[in-house]
Amino acid sequence: MERSNVDITKLQIGFGGLKVLENLDLHVDASEFLVLLGPSGCGKSTLLNAIAGLIEVKGGQIRIGDRDVTWAEPKDRGIAMVFQSYALYPRMSVRKNLSFGLKVARTPQDEIDSRVGEAAKMLRLTELLDRRPSELSGGQRQRVAIGRALVRHAGVYLFDEPLSNLDAQLRAELRVEIKRLHARLGATMIYVTHDQIEALTLADRIAVMQGGVIQQLDTPKKIYREPANRFVASFVGSPAMNFLRGRILRDGAPVFIAGDVRFDLNGYAFRIPPSDAPAILGIRPEHIEIVGSEHPSAVTARVEMVEPMGADALIWCRLADGTAFSFRADADAKAGAGDSLALRFPAEAFSLFDDQSGQRL
Amino acid sequence: MSAITLGAVRPRFRPRRISPARWGLYAFILITALYFLLPLYVMIVTSLKPMAEIRQGHLLALPASPSLAAWVKAWTSACTGLTCEGIRTGFFNSLRILLPSVVISIVVGSLTGYALSLWRVRGANILFGAMMIVAFIPYQVFIYPLVRVFSFTGLGQSLATIVTIHTIFGLPTMTLLFRNYFASLPVELFKAARIDGAGFYQIYARIMMPMATPMIVVAVILQTTGIWNDFILGLVFAGRDNLPMTVQLNNIVNSTQGERAYNVDMAATLLTALLPLVIYFGSGRWFVRGIAAGAVKG
Amino acid sequence: MRLSLTSRLSVLSALLPALMVMLVVYIGATSWTAWMSLTNSRMLPNNNFVGFRQYQLLFSNDRWLTSVHNIVVYGVLFVSLALLIGFLLAVAIDQRVRAEDTIRSIYLYPYSMSFVVTGLVWQWLLNPTLGVQYVLRSWGFAGASFDWIVRPETAIYCLVIAGVWQASGLVMAIMLAGLRGIDDEIWKAARVDGLPKWRVYISIIIPMMGASFATAAVLLSTAVVRLYDLSVSMTNGGPGIASEVPAKFVMDHLFERANIGLATAAATTMLVTVIAVVAPYLYWRARKGEVR
Repeated sequence: MERSNVDITKLQIGFGGLKVLENLDLHVDASEFLVLLGPSGCGKSTLLNAIAGLIEVKGGQIRIGDRDVTWAEPKDRGIAMVFQSYALYPRMSVRKNLSFGLKVARTPQDEIDSRVGEAAKMLRLTELLDRRPSELSGGQRQRVAIGRALVRHAGVYLFDEPLSNLDAQLRAELRVEIKRLHARLGATMIYVTHDQIEALTLADRIAVMQGGVIQQLDTPKKIYREPANRFVASFVGSPAMNFLRGRILRDGAPVFIAGDVRFDLNGYAFRIPPSDAPAILGIRPEHIEIVGSEHPSAVTARVEMVEPMGADALIWCRLADGTAFSFRADADAKAGAGDSLALRFPAEAFSLFDDQSGQRL
Repeated sequence: MSAITLGAVRPRFRPRRISPARWGLYAFILITALYFLLPLYVMIVTSLKPMAEIRQGHLLALPASPSLAAWVKAWTSACTGLTCEGIRTGFFNSLRILLPSVVISIVVGSLTGYALSLWRVRGANILFGAMMIVAFIPYQVFIYPLVRVFSFTGLGQSLATIVTIHTIFGLPTMTLLFRNYFASLPVELFKAARIDGAGFYQIYARIMMPMATPMIVVAVILQTTGIWNDFILGLVFAGRDNLPMTVQLNNIVNSTQGERAYNVDMAATLLTALLPLVIYFGSGRWFVRGIAAGAVKG
Repeated sequence: MRLSLTSRLSVLSALLPALMVMLVVYIGATSWTAWMSLTNSRMLPNNNFVGFRQYQLLFSNDRWLTSVHNIVVYGVLFVSLALLIGFLLAVAIDQRVRAEDTIRSIYLYPYSMSFVVTGLVWQWLLNPTLGVQYVLRSWGFAGASFDWIVRPETAIYCLVIAGVWQASGLVMAIMLAGLRGIDDEIWKAARVDGLPKWRVYISIIIPMMGASFATAAVLLSTAVVRLYDLSVSMTNGGPGIASEVPAKFVMDHLFERANIGLATAAATTMLVTVIAVVAPYLYWRARKGEVR
């Protein structure tokens, strides 16, 4: 099987006067699993459709497998695609759905049979080959749609929110299946989703998009741990990251002041040398710990509400100056509304952002 | 009423009585239904009566001795102006006009609707909008120039001409019907077919049309009744040898000299109405769906 | 998506019939008709420009004026009666009556029949010697008189009766779809407020059915302008010229009276009228579509 890299340079896409993508650059390695993540309207589906050749680009270049395909027909790009609504041909059996593209391309019949058989086996569709799409469950339909992509033996597989129409449990199952498929085929895959769990579990690298711009392109771990700006920080992670407004003070070692509370920044890896300026401190709920009140850097907060979440509990608190935040605690943690808690905010888990630009400091 | 007279026994639950308003409602429905059915009823009974009985004047009475004689005469020997071969020639003319017109107008209309809905064509909206406007324009505006065009091309008045004419005037409705249907399908289906490498006509023939069966049924019903019931286009474009049934019917009834044979007239009228009626009562809700879908036709 | 050459050619080939029809029939024929109306063409078309002379002749022509008068009378009565009856029928059916499908079929079947058939049936029913008038008299209404079809002042009303009979079912179908599209919770809310049913219809439902009324009214109006078959088959324009209509005026002057100039002037007048009615409606529908 061929594994193509994808190179996008200075891509521009617009509808009428509206610019959706401007000068977008993206490189996807062969065999990589790249996820385009972002809220709806961020341009991720547009980008995917442009790679597929389903929308016209205004400028720039798209190369797949080192071949310029900017103006090629979709079928000539060496791609295959899986859609959110499955887009199965309703009047054809599963077998015909899988083989239609190969038939159109005049592939010899025995080749068609072997590819369809192989894909059906891989996706456990062999029993369903003679059924119509209307006789299948949602999960089965999406497996057929994936199968239809697989038989093309494409260099790049494109997925456009393939799991969004499924219920939570099926989504989890198929997610694992897609991951297994990628491991087995080693194919290049570009996967669009707005679901951060899918992105974090599946991706080799994630491109977080917003407003037609890639905000950060990195491994899931880096995206989660070191978000490049406030948008990425707030979009990825659930429950969401806490943000505290304040300023950085270089009082010898740098500290962060929010109201009357001081947070020691010793241990935070600054990207640029710190200066005295307003800033925003981000910290994920799971990084805040309950400590004894005698702890040297303990911060006192008042509990407002406890949300039990099964394995753990989310505790909503306020600092003395009224700033609200939440943190994850043990499900058995003994805290109730009105209690006072001593908490530790570890500096190595902080994300500091410039107050103006929102960029990571 | 009964609840009052039986006053001693009080029902534990509220009695299921029909309220006066309900009576009024059913009376209204009954009377209006009779008004709508009256012409059909009169047509049928008149066509089964001999003339002597009709002359006595009992329009609503059932036939004393029902006979199909008038039907036979209407079918085989009623006079349409010069010839006396009955309405059957008109029936077969209408059939010859109908079949190619329905098929061709649906093929052309669906193809146009498909191209306008799924393929982003520059000016598609203008073309479609213009077609919607002309769907409302009276035929009188086009008729004479079209007569000249067809006589110029040498087709003159002929079967080919009337089929072309029905295709032309059916185009706006058929395009609308299929364009709206294809536009309502998930566009991803079209994208998937494009990635599978299918071309314009392959997607049309192998993906879209097989999915459009309901619309095809609606289109067939709409076009069949429309073309069968046409009078003016057949009169002008079909030519003397191909005059459709509606024109022949009008000739039979309105060009009779001497005493009118009402029973034959009504039999001929029923024969002409038969196909649309069969389609209407046979197709049930599809006909209503066709009206809704082709609502711009008028 | 940028289309390859083959795709472009395919799309073009598919749209060729529509483009041809658009250019030749719609634009070509319309402008030719409009041009002819400015010439003094009689039996054969010619290009002698006479300005608006034909329109002057047209609007001093008795037959045309009668036709216009008739179509106005017919139009107002036909549209309002068909709307009223159609709406009442739809409301009646919407009351969860028994045998709904049968009743609906009865109301709608006349719409499946041609105007020629409709005209001939009603011609027979309204026949003064053997038709409804005779029946009324035989029931004891000795003075009953229902000879409208042979009296010049009333012949046009006979066309209205037949037209309404044929088209009310269509209105009913459109209205019923509109009524069924109204959210059930509106009815629940009105019941909680204790509004009587008729009040709900007048104050709440009818204002919500603007689109259904507009659609039905436009459909009926275009049918009015096209009115031809019914007049030909039912009265043939008679008695005398009492039930002439514009479409018939055009046809007669084109094909029997060999006066192309006058006929095309009449046709152009019809065209302008229709556009004046339809254009605002289409514009309104397009605007609404954008908002949605």
